[in-house]
Amino acid sequence: MLDKDGLHLRAAFFHLIRSFFRQQGFLEVDTPLRQPVYIPESNIVPLTSEKEYLQTSPELCMKRLLAAGNSQIFQICPCFRKEEKGRLHLEEFQMLEWYRSGADYHRLMIDCEELLRFLMENLKEQLAKNDINGYQFFSGINLEGEWERLTVVDAFSRYSPINLEQALKEGKFDEILVDYIEPYLGNVYPVFLHDYPVQLGSLAKKKAANPAVAERFELYIKGVELANGFSELTDADEQRMRFVHEIATIKSNTNRDAPMPERFLADLKYLDTAAGIAMGIDRLFMIAMNHRQIAEAVTFSPEDFL
Amino acid sequence: MLTASDLRKGLKVQIDGNPYIVTDFEFSKPGKGQALYRTKMRNMISGNQLVKTYRSNDKFEKAELDEKKMQFLYSQGEEFHFMDTENYEQLSLTREQLGENTNYLIDNMEVELMFYDNQPIDVTLPIFVNLEVIKADPWAKGDTSGNDTKPVTVQTGYELQVPPFVEEGDKIQIDTRTGQYVTRVKE
Repeated sequence: MLDKDGLHLRAAFFHLIRSFFRQQGFLEVDTPLRQPVYIPESNIVPLTSEKEYLQTSPELCMKRLLAAGNSQIFQICPCFRKEEKGRLHLEEFQMLEWYRSGADYHRLMIDCEELLRFLMENLKEQLAKNDINGYQFFSGINLEGEWERLTVVDAFSRYSPINLEQALKEGKFDEILVDYIEPYLGNVYPVFLHDYPVQLGSLAKKKAANPAVAERFELYIKGVELANGFSELTDADEQRMRFVHEIATIKSNTNRDAPMPERFLADLKYLDTAAGIAMGIDRLFMIAMNHRQIAEAVTFSPEDFL
Repeated sequence: MLTASDLRKGLKVQIDGNPYIVTDFEFSKPGKGQALYRTKMRNMISGNQLVKTYRSNDKFEKAELDEKKMQFLYSQGEEFHFMDTENYEQLSLTREQLGENTNYLIDNMEVELMFYDNQPIDVTLPIFVNLEVIKADPWAKGDTSGNDTKPVTVQTGYELQVPPFVEEGDKIQIDTRTGQYVTRVKE
């Protein structure tokens, strides 16, 4: 359980995130946590609630709002992912998502740079209002300037014992990412790992110049994955095909039925160019405070109920 | 049947006919990627270590172990002696077999002995044990260095970090799962 300072720190953090997006002209929205559909992604399992699902991310609803003409929106909300429990995982966690019409994933990387610098610059002042002083944020990390952009293929050739193509063929992409690549990312300044194989970005747009790659990136600080952003796939037919594939994988792996998000696909037809990103802000707060595990960053962790 | 999501420190599973105990465990998962359960295990008979990464769909058998309540009598060199309080039969385990458990064993403590194929292989300790502090630096009042813990040694020779107010002769409660200080106890 967070102590008094911890509560104030977390509150200041959330407050400033909201200030940042409001100042940039974003509209804060809220969408249902519990829905009859979820995003069919074979590696993300939803928790159920009666016959419905707790959201794994607000992505479907956020994009429907975007398609309805709301061009800059953000939300901070709880998300739930079944059986994700560990040093960096909680089954319930706070997600920040934001979406921009008419933008691509490069713009979101700039947003990340600006957001973290804004937090860094304003946290001390915000906390001093409540007479809380003496804390350091993002210690040891240089947030200035343009952060490194590293493609997935380059990351594999730089850090992995086998190249990307081979890793994909042998089904070892995730293992190598976790064991050989992530530990090196973001130890001096944050790093954007980008241009993922297209099969690893189910809702991301293909790169025009190289359709084997999706315009997707992850933000890393101190080896911790903090955000996943991409240029949105807005071709509803292709999105349906990818969902069909994911739903079949879910069925064959786990024998679960996943419903097709029909209303989302119908609305997607009205979505033009856009980009969106999901940032785990419990993790961001953990990194900002130099904690070692996510449980230290949340108001109540599962251990507080033992 | 157990699955990878049941893995946790202390779990006992059967692999290729041998009982293993999970000694270290970390869940990791790239956001859009597969869940990986990185596990270190110790063969409970040979003591050999096994390091392996499992995925969500991997399944395990629970290790078939018999447990019996026994009393720890004393240790002599590398041997730790236990007694069945019903029939007074005695048997012993080595320091190597007991691993970190030796940090918490004090004379007359009641523990569960584990048997595999009728051979004693390990003990299950109570979750919380109370041990006496035999060595502690005095707390320098007015110490403003900001250190909120100090090291002490308990009667088994185990060293751990505790709050500065703990003194020599105090009894403290320790969580045997994590080896960490829980509270000071008055007896």
